[in-house]
Amino acid sequence: MSQSQSLLDPALVKPALWAAVTKLAPQVQWRNPVMLVVYVGAWFTSALWVQACLGQGDAPAGLIAAISLWLWFTVLFANFAEALAEGRSKAQAASLRSTKKNVLARKLKTPDPDASPEITDSASLRKGDLLLILAGDVVPADGEVLVGVASVDESAITGESAPVIREAGGDFSAITGGTRVLSDWVVARVTANPGEAFLDRMIAMVEGAKRQKTPNEIALTILLVALTIVFLVVTITLLPFSQFSVAAAGSGQPVSLTVLVALLVCLIPTTIGGLLSAIGVAGMSRMLGANVIATSGRAVEAAGDVDVLLLDKTGTITLGNRQAVQFIPAAGVSEEALADAAQFASLADETPEGRSIVVLAKQRFNLRERQLEQHQVSFIPFTAQTRMSGVDVDGREIRKGAVDAIRQYVLAAGQDFPASVAKQADEVARRGATPLLVAENQRVLGVIELKDIVKGGIKERFAELRAMGIKTVMITGDNPLTAAAIAAEAGVDDFLAEATPEAKLALIRQTQAEGKLVAMTGDGTNDAPALAQADVAVAMNTGTQAAKEAGNMVDLDSNPTKLIEIVEIGKQMLMTRGALTTFSVSNDVAKYFAIIPAAFASTYPQLNALNVMGLTSPASAILSAVIFNALIIVVLIPLALRGVRYQAQSAAQLLRSNLLIYGLGGLLVPFVGIKLIDVLLTVLGLV
Amino acid sequence: MTANAFFQLALYLGVLILLAMPLSRWLTRVMAGDIPRVLRPVQWLEHGLYRLAGVEPKQEQHWLAYALGLLLFNVLGFLALYALQRAQGVLPLNPEAFGAVSSDSALNTAISFVTNTNWQGYGGESTMSYLTQMLGLAVQNFVSAATGLAVAVALIRGFARKSVRTIGNFWVDLTRGTLYILLPLSLLLALALVSQGVIQNFKPYQSARLLEAQSYSQPKLDAAGQAMKDAQGHAVLESVSTQTQTLPMGPVASQEAIKLLGTNGGGFFNANSAHPYENPTPLSNFLQMLAIFLIPAALVLSFGQQVGDRRQGWTILAAMTLLFVLAYGVLVAAEQAGNPRWATLGLDQLVNLEGKEARFGIVASSLFATITTAASCGAVNAMHASFTPLGGMIPTLLMQLGEVVFGGVGAGLYGMLVFALLAVFIAGLMVGRTPEYLGKKIESFEMKMTALVILVTPLLVLLGTALAVSLASGRAGIFNPGAHGFSEVLYALSSAANNNGSAFAGLSANTPFYNFLLGAAMWLGRFAVIVPVLAMAGALAAKPRLPVNAGTLPTHGPLFVGLLVGAVLLVGLLNYIPALALGPIVEHLQLWQVAH
Repeated sequence: MSQSQSLLDPALVKPALWAAVTKLAPQVQWRNPVMLVVYVGAWFTSALWVQACLGQGDAPAGLIAAISLWLWFTVLFANFAEALAEGRSKAQAASLRSTKKNVLARKLKTPDPDASPEITDSASLRKGDLLLILAGDVVPADGEVLVGVASVDESAITGESAPVIREAGGDFSAITGGTRVLSDWVVARVTANPGEAFLDRMIAMVEGAKRQKTPNEIALTILLVALTIVFLVVTITLLPFSQFSVAAAGSGQPVSLTVLVALLVCLIPTTIGGLLSAIGVAGMSRMLGANVIATSGRAVEAAGDVDVLLLDKTGTITLGNRQAVQFIPAAGVSEEALADAAQFASLADETPEGRSIVVLAKQRFNLRERQLEQHQVSFIPFTAQTRMSGVDVDGREIRKGAVDAIRQYVLAAGQDFPASVAKQADEVARRGATPLLVAENQRVLGVIELKDIVKGGIKERFAELRAMGIKTVMITGDNPLTAAAIAAEAGVDDFLAEATPEAKLALIRQTQAEGKLVAMTGDGTNDAPALAQADVAVAMNTGTQAAKEAGNMVDLDSNPTKLIEIVEIGKQMLMTRGALTTFSVSNDVAKYFAIIPAAFASTYPQLNALNVMGLTSPASAILSAVIFNALIIVVLIPLALRGVRYQAQSAAQLLRSNLLIYGLGGLLVPFVGIKLIDVLLTVLGLV
Repeated sequence: MTANAFFQLALYLGVLILLAMPLSRWLTRVMAGDIPRVLRPVQWLEHGLYRLAGVEPKQEQHWLAYALGLLLFNVLGFLALYALQRAQGVLPLNPEAFGAVSSDSALNTAISFVTNTNWQGYGGESTMSYLTQMLGLAVQNFVSAATGLAVAVALIRGFARKSVRTIGNFWVDLTRGTLYILLPLSLLLALALVSQGVIQNFKPYQSARLLEAQSYSQPKLDAAGQAMKDAQGHAVLESVSTQTQTLPMGPVASQEAIKLLGTNGGGFFNANSAHPYENPTPLSNFLQMLAIFLIPAALVLSFGQQVGDRRQGWTILAAMTLLFVLAYGVLVAAEQAGNPRWATLGLDQLVNLEGKEARFGIVASSLFATITTAASCGAVNAMHASFTPLGGMIPTLLMQLGEVVFGGVGAGLYGMLVFALLAVFIAGLMVGRTPEYLGKKIESFEMKMTALVILVTPLLVLLGTALAVSLASGRAGIFNPGAHGFSEVLYALSSAANNNGSAFAGLSANTPFYNFLLGAAMWLGRFAVIVPVLAMAGALAAKPRLPVNAGTLPTHGPLFVGLLVGAVLLVGLLNYIPALALGPIVEHLQLWQVAH
């Protein structure tokens, strides 16, 4: 499912070619009004050809046959584009489905792991059933862990090989069907009937994506239908106009029905009409290529409109954890002494912060890990009461903790709490870092500065977003001071400090009330209300079932930075539609210059002055325009599937460059294309 | 373009903008119900009218109620005007004792004036009594313009408001537009015109003795009033000689002012603004041209003020002006290039003076023709059929663009805003967002209404023209054979469906066939556009107004002007190029081919 999959992979092209033919069925054509007109035109000219063969044609039978043939090709090319896009999408769905197998399930009557399970088939499971899942088992259905804890390999869904922990209660209680339990066991309650499981629904959505038009697609279709009606009337009325002109000028023939059908097909927006559904399907495919499953095309489209991104600080803007970056000793204490004490206090601390202190001390003063056996060591774990951790070693009582905790500890022992240390700690906090105090025998040694590490390149990313008109808001549980400093460093536009789920929801509502579209990511159950409220809500696949249900997209990689990519894919889809519509409509100018002189030259030879391309004959002019009109669909299939290149620019810049490429280009390209085809037809002696 | 042509254009546009700016502020205030002190004394009349009609002015309407009120008012106006024409024979103020207008002509004229088209199948001085002119036609001149203004203001409210169900009160908008904008301006203009010699009286027609006998030829009419034709299809002419001339009289100045200010264009006399009693001097001509664009231009600027971003108004005005200048440039160049065939007759001056008043000349006639067809006015000071083929194509095309180059009072703005929505929809997609204009998302309902508005007039024009050239009764009215005859029919349908009302001449249109066909085109061209526009206003008003950011497509500035001009031209040309190719374009090629 990577994006690099070749557009013209023979494994996809072959079935698409066949599908292009089967899609000629009227009930399929009926769904696309623009191409339906071409389809009817193809039948109509075929009938005219039969009539001409019987000797009653209004144009040479050879010309009618050629035009009719190319009209059929036009329909086939559009069918092929759609089939190719669907084929790619189906291939992706199939690779997802391969993870879905019928497996054995151990059904329990009560959530008691020691009860003897009834062995059954995963297909027979129903919502509410209780399951025992042992090490080595494939999880038979989506469920929620009730008892136990297990490590689970979710690589089948996420592609991530590192196992994850699933346990009862909290945010990590959801297990997904198709994943494998690696160690231990859990008792889980089934949360979805077969065929309705999360993966099933995702696959169904991907396969069914083409069936539902998005709101913008509907609006665009209305415009295309209107244009088609206009051109239908323009061409139909040309017949009486032509008859009147022939009578008035007293020379020439009224325009033939074949030429009118050719003109009609050239004028109606077949380029965008033929590629529209392919663009939509390809948009979903690109999401899938980025390992994001969107519940609907509507969600993909909304992603392009997002005004505000709510980004969790941890994991998105900063690396997961804070790290020690500096030792700031108190007056009269050497930095090395502080580092030594800090390292000692952190030896048993397995948190990433603790480990980073050990590492920093090692880097700064080459303090190696000690041979603890030589010492009289007892580690003091962190408790909610003392809010400190530390170590008692050889009579030294080393403690580290938050400023308040150490202050209380020192003051309780009747010692001074130096004002200079308080000041140092404040400065650290003002920088957006977290001060951690170290004390030895109730004497404060100094401050460890723990800092959030902002991810590399993220600032540039936010600058791009700003240029696109998207505002970024950082969500963090930190205090406002810390949050402000990190926000400034990362270059986000705004932040929400000390964020609670309620505050997050309120922020989304308030932003939406200003008329803005909000996108966010979330994984916890407490994120669910905010996810449900947000316009584009990306749930992490590692998140809880509630979060996934509330979101309208799931990121299989569980990478919060993905949101930015999602926005780009949404925009790309809309841009591709707009670009091809503009191109399609601009094309008509050249086609008029080809067909009008050709159609009426027998009545008014003076109109040949409009034959600016110098096309060989009326027949070659009309045929060249029709062939160009068909071939341009094929030429643009890669663009439709890949999407117009997106660059982070302001709307005005984007418009200028796209108008130039697709507007002006659309005006000029057909002049060249039609001329080339005409030269080729003439050289080959086909007309 | 000659220096004279450039100078007249620059002077015209300069004065127009200078006048439009203060008027735009006046419009903004008045339509919001903030009546300037000068007109406060008239407010008793406004309130009295509401009491009389049982209108609660503070009660706003849903778009459907607004549209129903508008339709009801216009249907009643149509019935009243029809009845008045049919009954004028027995009513006072009829010194020439004209009888009832024929039923098909009365029907056509009633529709024509109600729809702000003012297509005239009749000749005023030989058909209408003074009472019909004043009580019927002039009244519709006021209220049809006020109707257009009301629709535009309702649409502006749709953009300016957020998340509300109402778009104003039709009766209030209609009354305020008439009382505080059209009436005061008409009064001022009428006085100015009288100072130039435009007549205003109730006298019977005067007879003057000519110094020498005049003989002229005119088409011979058969018993049914149709032009008789010979075997080749040419009109049969008869020669007439006379020593006296009848000078028609009437209350002209009062009707002339609103004819132009309301972009109506229905002349008191058949010759319209080419008649010396309607438009006697170059200054009166200049004032008339100013009056045509004045309210449309001011309304565009007022639009910017009402939506809270003046740049939006200036952008639309710039797009309109650009299209206008382009059209004028081609027209005046074509007329000054003239007719190459005259060189073969030994003439050294090729400029085309045929069908033009000598007191206005080529430039002022070209400017007037561009203005009157750019706006949906339809008053003429020269015969458009006598222009060169390209010169005649420009007025045709200006109408076919949908009367959005300044356009009719109100109608020009709402038509142009629909094109803006179309441009934004396609271009907006190209910047990767669901398109929005002035903070309103353009979704399928807006697109449906936009599609309807853009579909209606081309369908009417093309299908109507096809019908006319296919049927014998349609072909019977065509005076000139060949491509020019086709242009005549195309012009008539373009004029009617786009509610312009000017005539190309050369088409005998006062026949039941054309009266009914053009009547239907005028009615649908007006109200089949207004209803979707009001529906859109309602839908827009109900939407929230989204804030603008760097990702929003900017709808002001040169880029958007170019985009809007491109959208208008592309839609217009794609619709009409084939038809124009068989009319004026081939005529032009034929003319110049022979000369080379």
